[in-house]
Amino acid sequence: MHNKSLTELAADLRAGAYTSVELTQHFLDRIEKHDGSLNSFITVTADIALAQAAEADAQIAAGTAGPLTGIPMAHKDIFCTDGVKTSCGSKMLDNFISPYDATVVEKLKAAGMPMLGKTNMDEFAMGSSNETSFYGAVKNPWDTDRVPGGSSGGSAAAVAARLAPITTGSDTGGSIRQPASLTGITGIKPTYGRVSRFGMIAYASSLDQGGVFARDAADCALVLSAMSGFDEKDSTSSEEENVDFTSSLDKSLDGLRIGVPKEYFGEGLDEGVSTSIKAALEQYKALGAEIVEIELPNTGLAIPSYYVIAPAECSANLSRMDGVRYGHRCENPVDLEDMYKRSRSEGFGSEVKRRIMVGTYALSAGYYDAYYIKAQKVRRKIKEDFVKAFENVDVIMGPVAPTTAFKVGEKKDDPVSMYLSDIYTLAVNLAGLPAISVPVEPVAGLPVGLQIIGNYFDESRLLNVAHQFQQATDWHKQSPEGFGG
Amino acid sequence: MSLTAADIKKISHLARLAIDDADIEQYTENLSGILGLVEQMEAADVADIEPMANAQDATQRLRDDVVTETNHREKFQALAPVTEAGLYLVPKVLE
Amino acid sequence: MEWETVIGLEIHAQLSTKSKLFSGSSTAYGSEPNTQANVVDLAMPGVLPVLNTDAVRKAVMFGLAIDAEVPDISVFARKNYFYPDLPQGYQISQFDKPIVGLGHLDIELENGETKRIGVTRAHLEQDAGKSLHEDFAGQTGVDLNRSGTPLLEIVSEPDLSNAKEAVAYMRKIHTLVQFLGICDGNMQEGSFRCDANVSVRPKGQAKLGTRAELKNINSFKFVERGINIEVERQIDLIEAGGTVVQETRLFDPDKDETRSMRSKEEANDYRYFPDPDLLPVAITQELRDSVRAELPELPEIKKQRFIDQFELSEFDAGVLTSSRASSDYFEIVALATGEAKLSANWVNGELASHLNKAELDFADSKVTPEQLTSLIKRITDNTISGSTAKAVFEAIWNGEGDTDQIIEAKGLKKITDTGAIEAIIDGIIEANPGQYEQYRSGKDKLFGFFVGQTMKASKGQADPAEVNRLLKSKLDA
Repeated sequence: MHNKSLTELAADLRAGAYTSVELTQHFLDRIEKHDGSLNSFITVTADIALAQAAEADAQIAAGTAGPLTGIPMAHKDIFCTDGVKTSCGSKMLDNFISPYDATVVEKLKAAGMPMLGKTNMDEFAMGSSNETSFYGAVKNPWDTDRVPGGSSGGSAAAVAARLAPITTGSDTGGSIRQPASLTGITGIKPTYGRVSRFGMIAYASSLDQGGVFARDAADCALVLSAMSGFDEKDSTSSEEENVDFTSSLDKSLDGLRIGVPKEYFGEGLDEGVSTSIKAALEQYKALGAEIVEIELPNTGLAIPSYYVIAPAECSANLSRMDGVRYGHRCENPVDLEDMYKRSRSEGFGSEVKRRIMVGTYALSAGYYDAYYIKAQKVRRKIKEDFVKAFENVDVIMGPVAPTTAFKVGEKKDDPVSMYLSDIYTLAVNLAGLPAISVPVEPVAGLPVGLQIIGNYFDESRLLNVAHQFQQATDWHKQSPEGFGG
Repeated sequence: MSLTAADIKKISHLARLAIDDADIEQYTENLSGILGLVEQMEAADVADIEPMANAQDATQRLRDDVVTETNHREKFQALAPVTEAGLYLVPKVLE
Repeated sequence: MEWETVIGLEIHAQLSTKSKLFSGSSTAYGSEPNTQANVVDLAMPGVLPVLNTDAVRKAVMFGLAIDAEVPDISVFARKNYFYPDLPQGYQISQFDKPIVGLGHLDIELENGETKRIGVTRAHLEQDAGKSLHEDFAGQTGVDLNRSGTPLLEIVSEPDLSNAKEAVAYMRKIHTLVQFLGICDGNMQEGSFRCDANVSVRPKGQAKLGTRAELKNINSFKFVERGINIEVERQIDLIEAGGTVVQETRLFDPDKDETRSMRSKEEANDYRYFPDPDLLPVAITQELRDSVRAELPELPEIKKQRFIDQFELSEFDAGVLTSSRASSDYFEIVALATGEAKLSANWVNGELASHLNKAELDFADSKVTPEQLTSLIKRITDNTISGSTAKAVFEAIWNGEGDTDQIIEAKGLKKITDTGAIEAIIDGIIEANPGQYEQYRSGKDKLFGFFVGQTMKASKGQADPAEVNRLLKSKLDA
């Protein structure tokens, strides 16, 4: 059951091949059996999942089921879930039982998807390896000595190991695409504003966007259709008409113009990764697409710009974690300042503290213009690069990450080298564009992801382009040893 | 840009973080490294470019002035470290 | 040395919206603590602000009323600081792009001149919650019901030269916001409060002195007293060789002093930056036009109209237009009776004094404009005399009924029947032969005696004019 697509699962459920309760139990059993070695879940909500599955079975029996009814899923622990611990990977929120549901959670609940649990993540989504989690590192199912990427490492590992058919994620600087790439699955970060941010704990509000992990683009399309749409609780959510992203999956790629930025193939890109990506581009040619070399001249400025804007926003976003209304409070504070300082220092890990301090510094008197305003101007230049490129091409392709999965601990104490691994993903968030990671030929047994970047609100095309590749290849069908059978 | 221990103390106070003296050096080094990365922006020519605060060049949607919320104090305060008589308690604030 | 005082006010007017600036929680005053704070007001992880239309409209209305620039785009910014009554750890406010730009209004000085005061800007922001320092054994209790209530912060230019001008300006804004219906002006409940920036400098010096900020003053009396005390303190300090430090100070009316608020004194670095959860707010021409269409007649214009249209004195018109409720009340009565002057006398006299005594507002008057109208009509159609009318007013106030019912029930109708009055006069002359003789022999002063006796005998209901005429003809016959 765990190797089937959502469409197959839905058909089986309708045909009565098995019930949603049986399907849900199957995944719960897999989590029980395999997650000890992966640590991809923070919380498993078996009772809730089974109760929701029973409801789903009733709907299926009554003939009122939708395309996702009864198919279990898991949420990244960044999404608030009413009555269920929502930790965001932090000690700060270890005791936080959310009193409300995120809009994404509400929507997938309404679609009839039982929730298996909450997946592990880098603390407050700050990290590219899932090693900053208070709940310990997540292991890559392809090689448990290696990281699954981050920050949505738990969600990616869970799908790669077939512990859940789909999971949600969030992407602020690559947090969906990079772990999808490193674990050999498909992950889409939609256009900023496509998916409501209400109830998705904010890291950097102007960059954060919710999305989804699945094994292939068709499954992503199905779930993204259910997750998306304008939300009156999120002023930054788009009023763009919501579409059924599955409707154009089958369009031919004949005449598709693919832009390939030369900046994405420069120094620092692993040779094996480069070869795999180029092979994928050849495959696209075979599918009728045309490759156009393009320039994104400000690519190199994405890292500095991002590492001002994201920390600045997070420094304010995390100020609410003050030990007053919820979350961690230190023992026996001697006064108010002591309460703030000790609660926050005990509650946050060192990467979070670093970013809060960088952001505080960048916004402080005397530095605001040099750092924050400058970064915002650079941000516009980066966006304009893309706008110009899309005048001439339909999609842009390149690598997601410069290397395959690195070893646990390898970059843990070197924040700068960790940040550099986000070189190809950050610009997309700064511009607010949609992008997807699609598995291509692995290197030395480790997965590689092709990044496809689309124009604003062009997710349909993005999914179509990914799907057509997956119709012609089977990289996305490979499973890590020990988790497939 | 290279930060000093005094900078770290000032920033950590603004951010209400207690940094152990033993860790100051490590943070000074880390943050200086990050700021070094960030300063690659300096070379960028951004004359006449408007700062970009949001991904979309849209304007704010407004909400009707309607009361939609009801009282859930008990549920919310169950999450709080210390409450009394419906109030959140904190160490004495000196005016 | 002669000193000159420079004052600027920052007035916080709570906008009278039903729900909060960024959430659907009620703004009603006086509820049980923390029962009007939802996930957004409590700054739960993951929540987002959504802006209240009505708060925007009210701010724009204020801008139009003070002839200010209302820019096409305004931006919300985060002001970062930690405080237990500030759940987000930042206040959503406005910084470099406020919703209302430079405007002005005129105040009347004591010598009758007017002075134009600049309004630098007005911006929207969230109010904080309340900290309660008593009752919790060394701890502070936090109530977040007020957290997120919309405030309009109105910042004046440093154009005010003394405490009296500051009060006149504050009153002017107070009247204006109530007139516009954007703030209830209730100072006890904190809906209208101000901070005063006060500095002194030697007369003639161009450079401003160092200012101190007096925080959170919530009455006109305290503004005046606080500023005067602070000015005195600064002058004494400088004359004794000291220097004023820029700081926040608290006016303590009980001790009659201002004192430094040390806890807030530490160098603040608010790290303002545009709130990424909120997009720029567009003030379209359409919005401006629709707010302008709702803009009520402003107090000064109304006052002049009352003078022109109703021929009222400057004084009467001024008193009547000091609040929207009193001017509305007056206008209803004046138009319905066609007797503007008499209506003004009643509204500013009998009615105002009753309201005052009962501590009621015009809107809650126990005598409605319709009831006062019918009362005035009975005076002008000669049914009752002015003095009788006061008794009728009292009866209406006490809930005894409407004008005509009361006149009927108490038999208060004026006696205008000549025969009846003549009969009373004849009786009076007969009963007082001595006085009659003295009058006839030239003691004219006794005429008043006969008027008094006649009125008394008629229980005040005889028409005094008629009594005069008839007495004259009888006594002088």
